[in-house]
Amino acid sequence: MAGPLHRRRERLRVDQERTMSADVSYSTAFQQGVREEMQRDKTVFVLGTDLFDRGGHFAQVKGLGDQFGRTRVRDSPISEAAMVAAGVGAALAGTRPLVDLNFMDFAYGAMDEIANQAAKLRYMWGSPVPLVIRATSGVAQGGAQHNNSLEPWFSGLPGLSVVSPYRPYDVKGLIKSALRGSDPVIFMMHKKLTGARGPVGDDTELVDIGSAHVARRGTDVTVVSYSYGVRLATQAAEALAQDGVSAEVIDLRTLYPLDTATIVESVRRTGRVVVVDEAPRYGGMAAEIVTSITESAFWYLDQPVHRVTGAHTPIPHSPALLDAILPTEADVVRAVRQVLADGPQEAR
Amino acid sequence: MTIATSGPDLDGTPQAELLDWLSDMLLIRRFEEVADELTLRGKVPGGMHAAIGQEAVAVGAVRGLRSDDIVSGTHRSHHHALAKGLPVGGVLAELFGKATGVVGGRGGSMHLADFERGMWGSNGIVGAGLGIAMGAALGQVVKGSDQVALGFFGDGGANTGRVWEFVNLAAVWKLPLIAVCENNVYAVETMSSQVTGGESVAARAAGFGLPSHQIDGQDVVAVYHAVREAAERGRSGGGPTFLELLTYRYRGHNSGEVIRYRTEDEVTRWRTSKDPIERFCARLTEQGLLDPDELDRRTSAAHAQVDDAVRFAEESPWPDPSTAAENVSAWTRSGR
Repeated sequence: MAGPLHRRRERLRVDQERTMSADVSYSTAFQQGVREEMQRDKTVFVLGTDLFDRGGHFAQVKGLGDQFGRTRVRDSPISEAAMVAAGVGAALAGTRPLVDLNFMDFAYGAMDEIANQAAKLRYMWGSPVPLVIRATSGVAQGGAQHNNSLEPWFSGLPGLSVVSPYRPYDVKGLIKSALRGSDPVIFMMHKKLTGARGPVGDDTELVDIGSAHVARRGTDVTVVSYSYGVRLATQAAEALAQDGVSAEVIDLRTLYPLDTATIVESVRRTGRVVVVDEAPRYGGMAAEIVTSITESAFWYLDQPVHRVTGAHTPIPHSPALLDAILPTEADVVRAVRQVLADGPQEAR
Repeated sequence: MTIATSGPDLDGTPQAELLDWLSDMLLIRRFEEVADELTLRGKVPGGMHAAIGQEAVAVGAVRGLRSDDIVSGTHRSHHHALAKGLPVGGVLAELFGKATGVVGGRGGSMHLADFERGMWGSNGIVGAGLGIAMGAALGQVVKGSDQVALGFFGDGGANTGRVWEFVNLAAVWKLPLIAVCENNVYAVETMSSQVTGGESVAARAAGFGLPSHQIDGQDVVAVYHAVREAAERGRSGGGPTFLELLTYRYRGHNSGEVIRYRTEDEVTRWRTSKDPIERFCARLTEQGLLDPDELDRRTSAAHAQVDDAVRFAEESPWPDPSTAAENVSAWTRSGR
């Protein structure tokens, strides 16, 4: 488990936005969405470790234990295989389990239950598995085994949807959709966004799985990203605006199914693209996004698409090393300037 | 550890059903023999794993449950599916990969399922079926239903970590789960006793704080009693039960396997002294419930059912290739 990470969480909060008091945090948005769905549908229940009293290590279900009791907020042994298997069977039984794995990295311990069971049972047996698996994702601190990027693993498994929201609004809207869906959803919430604040919708507002969101309008270049990468992209776009560059930022929100229509529509207008993804470069989501653009908008491109990604390494402990392998706002700005330049480009 | 067998009489069994139990066992035996032969003739893509010799395990267990109770299986699960009442033709057509198979040709021998009949899938991953049953048992608790779930796994599965993680979760949450280790002596080609620490699988399970018993899996009546008691316990909120059913498979791990890991003698000993069908026939005869003519009639009926199934599977159409990428998930649009 991640003692050091939890201790540093407070420090990370300093780096996070706090705006209007009516806004709620990324974690609270999740809790609100789950609570509303648990009130609406008595078959929705939550299982995982340290949920009932603590409300999860990121306060993601804080207060739900007291409100719904131990049958619907179930503290489980630390067995990811058993947690997900319990969720798969209960989903087949017609209930709507939300399995909390704390850290996405721990999903490796339940890979059979996710990949061989949850993802395939509708196809093999015709029986849907309305299961949501939530975990905290993305790179913060905590070293090589608390910061894996499993997005391409899960997105590559037929049968799963993979969601990775940036804004509290989308966290709430997407968890509500996920808990009403009929098929498994991997719900990834970035560590560094835990305390980020923003407005959320009311109990009737849902966000469709598979729909991207244009986070910022622009005309010169399209920056495509998701999760914490949207913050880098937005900050870069603001910096570039001061030099007269108009960058459009697309927040994918869902990685599978990918909303290629929104990406392509933007690319056809701007003709230039940068994809930002903090996950390791090789075989990552960025590669899939670039391919989709190439298939559907190649003749609209004025320059090759650029990727700004993490290095192809595990995640180090030392902040000095960590900073060296992760994309930064400056990297995004540099990439945008490169794709805006005319003439042939050197490959990075 | 004591091995539970049934007593000399048939007290406590539903006497009117006993001949149907026998019919189920005869059907399973015949099905497996014919399916094995058809596999060797190339009719079953990917091969199959016969459970000949293990008929009492499936029939005793399923008869100990209510018809709406849930069963999940292993890679070797035709006997579980047939005992659960899946249509014989549909099962064989599924092995063939035909459109009329129980899951439309999407599953095959290792992935039979029929949720309406309580067969929550046979599973190609060792130990995984128990997880489905454990989760199914949890679902019943959350829904407030009184159905119980029985998960089969093998002696091979007893050496995977996940099996014990499932048993532990069921024990601490008091789920209505019956965890059934179908110990047929060999894990693929390895004698399980050579790779299994401890006294027995059942002894290991007892450490998780749930009732755990070794049962003579060649004795359909003993299996029935053990499962019925476990089901009643689960249904009344008493939590899970662990059963190790001692049985034996006559054929290899899969059809056509060249067997080097055991002697013909060993197989013959099991076949001649412990065959579950012969033992049950002797029992029924002693009790005056069966005579040779009745046995002949039931044997012929089983053969006829399987013959019909073969015809059905042979004559059934292939699934429409244009549907191959359908029904992956609501999130997937036409397989792209």
